[in-house]
Amino acid sequence: MSAAIRWFWFASPQTFFPLAGRIALACWAGAAVLAAAGLYVGFFVAPTDAQQGEAYRIIFIHVPAAWMSMFLYVVMAFWAALGLAFNTRLSSMMASAIAPTGAWMTFLALWTGALWGRPTWGAYWVWDARLTSELILLFLYLGFMALQAAIDDPRRANRAGALLAIVGVVNVPIIYFSVQWWNTLHQGASVSLTRAPSMASTMLAGMLLMALALWLYSIAASLTRVRCIIRERE
Amino acid sequence: MLEASNLDCRRGRRTLFRDLSFSLRRGELLRIAGANGSGKTSLLKILCGLLTPDAGEVRWRGEPIRQLREDFSRNLAYLGHAPAVKDDLTAAENLAFASKLAGAAAVPEFVQAALARYGIPADVPVRKLSQGQRRRAALARLPLSESVPLWLLDEPFAALDAHAARLTEALIAGHVARGHAVVFTTHQEADIGAAVLRVIELG
Amino acid sequence: MIEAARAIVRRDLLLALRRPSDVGTALLFFVIVASLFPLGIGAEPNLLRAVAPGVIWVAALLASMLCLSRLFAADHADGTLEQMLLGAAPLGMIVAAKVLAHWLVAGLPLVAIAPLIALQYDLPPALYGTLALSLLLGTPVLSLVGAIGAALTLGLRGGGVLLALLVLPLYVPVLIFGAGSVDMASAGLSPLGQLQLLGALLVVAAAFAPWAIAAALRISTE
Repeated sequence: MSAAIRWFWFASPQTFFPLAGRIALACWAGAAVLAAAGLYVGFFVAPTDAQQGEAYRIIFIHVPAAWMSMFLYVVMAFWAALGLAFNTRLSSMMASAIAPTGAWMTFLALWTGALWGRPTWGAYWVWDARLTSELILLFLYLGFMALQAAIDDPRRANRAGALLAIVGVVNVPIIYFSVQWWNTLHQGASVSLTRAPSMASTMLAGMLLMALALWLYSIAASLTRVRCIIRERE
Repeated sequence: MLEASNLDCRRGRRTLFRDLSFSLRRGELLRIAGANGSGKTSLLKILCGLLTPDAGEVRWRGEPIRQLREDFSRNLAYLGHAPAVKDDLTAAENLAFASKLAGAAAVPEFVQAALARYGIPADVPVRKLSQGQRRRAALARLPLSESVPLWLLDEPFAALDAHAARLTEALIAGHVARGHAVVFTTHQEADIGAAVLRVIELG
Repeated sequence: MIEAARAIVRRDLLLALRRPSDVGTALLFFVIVASLFPLGIGAEPNLLRAVAPGVIWVAALLASMLCLSRLFAADHADGTLEQMLLGAAPLGMIVAAKVLAHWLVAGLPLVAIAPLIALQYDLPPALYGTLALSLLLGTPVLSLVGAIGAALTLGLRGGGVLLALLVLPLYVPVLIFGAGSVDMASAGLSPLGQLQLLGALLVVAAAFAPWAIAAALRISTE
């Protein structure tokens, strides 16, 4: 089959179902392996930081989770927009499937941020730019999920969610920029969790490994969830 | 003028109609018949563009209405189930607004005349009118829409007394005689007199 | 086309005039919320002066949001929304007219009342101008962005709260720049930068929101 036909062949939920299963399985395995490697590097190989001691190690989860949370939102908006433009059910299902994973990533980033903040700066929550942006991103994810949950008609739910996701993705840079500015204005607790310790190459390696692990995990989780959605709706 | 090709409509898991095609020419009167729930209102909404069919398309003078948007809307008058009048405005204010929204000027004398034909007090807030009067206040749009080529009426005779029903029939017949087209739904038998009546039965 | 839009603005203003309680409720809410804060955080004048811009802005934001769910709901219930979808003007223009009417009724009065609240918080009169201007630029953006949420949640259960969840994150930039402009002014710096940003947000919102609202309405009414 030519490439174009193959695309549309897999655009049908029925045919995508088994493929998704195989990819998901591979990704689960890959994610487990990379996570083990990343955590090993992060917790045992990377050197102790001079200023922050052992507690800083939580950034090996915090930073990749934050990256994934933002990346997943864009991916989700992409699939939603595709579903809206071409009226393909599978694209919308992918968007709905990604949302909870994205929300979890955001929650993980916030939680690990709090755990990092406590021993380092003395407070569980500091209103620094990134944590605040992550919090707003969490609300955006939850809003998307709540809207889809409130609409019974699947077609309207997909299209309404898609519009919301598109509006959200356009606003995210504006929100981020405004929160950055807000943070510089109110210096108050001038702590910044973005001021990570200067990167030794092992630290960078550890973070990249974890980022890849979370990425594969996200793919696996989303594909597994999309299989559930397909089974539910078809 | 109006062409429907291969229309599919699904509501939930039910297929209301499939592969429905027909065309409407000038001077034709089309009645969509069927029991309650057979998809009459859905078909009417698809014809005016409020609803997107699951398959197929509707064309106005050769062009898909999805692309024409307001260029198509300007050529039709749609009366739905709900009377589409605001309770806090008078019948005259409602009618004037409906005219302007449809792109026509709202000449006060014509507005008053249309309301008088249907026997509705013009300057009373609609809140104070009865259900029947409200329905007639909505129908009062018809005398003002004589130049609009296409009328799409959902159950125009519902809850009307004999006089108002005859008046509405006469207006529809007159409109068709002028060379325009009218599509209406009803689950009762309707007698519009000399007009060319085609019937599409759903369900 | 313009006639249709003008007819909508006039109609909505007429309706608001006939039911003045709707307008009054938003204003009253604004005043009540602003009055609650000192009861909660204490009436220390320096503290109140410091929080005034933020509190006034949050109260205005909440008051403006309160009226949003009614923007399309009433018309949807009595069938007039359908007629607007079939109007002679592009839906974006029709929708913009409705939002304009909404702002005139729910947003502009807040701008007028704000100096009174500022008085309650002992905000220096020199800052009233900046406060009013920031609200003047910001409240239309709130109406425009909020209308997208109102259109998306049309007819849904839990509408009001769901609307808030959808729309409040999107309000954050307006809040930050709005309150921030007054903060800058109170620190003796020029608020021009923030006000210009608000203006930019207004231009972008006015250009793009109507089409998003129109799309959302079509999605919600199909």
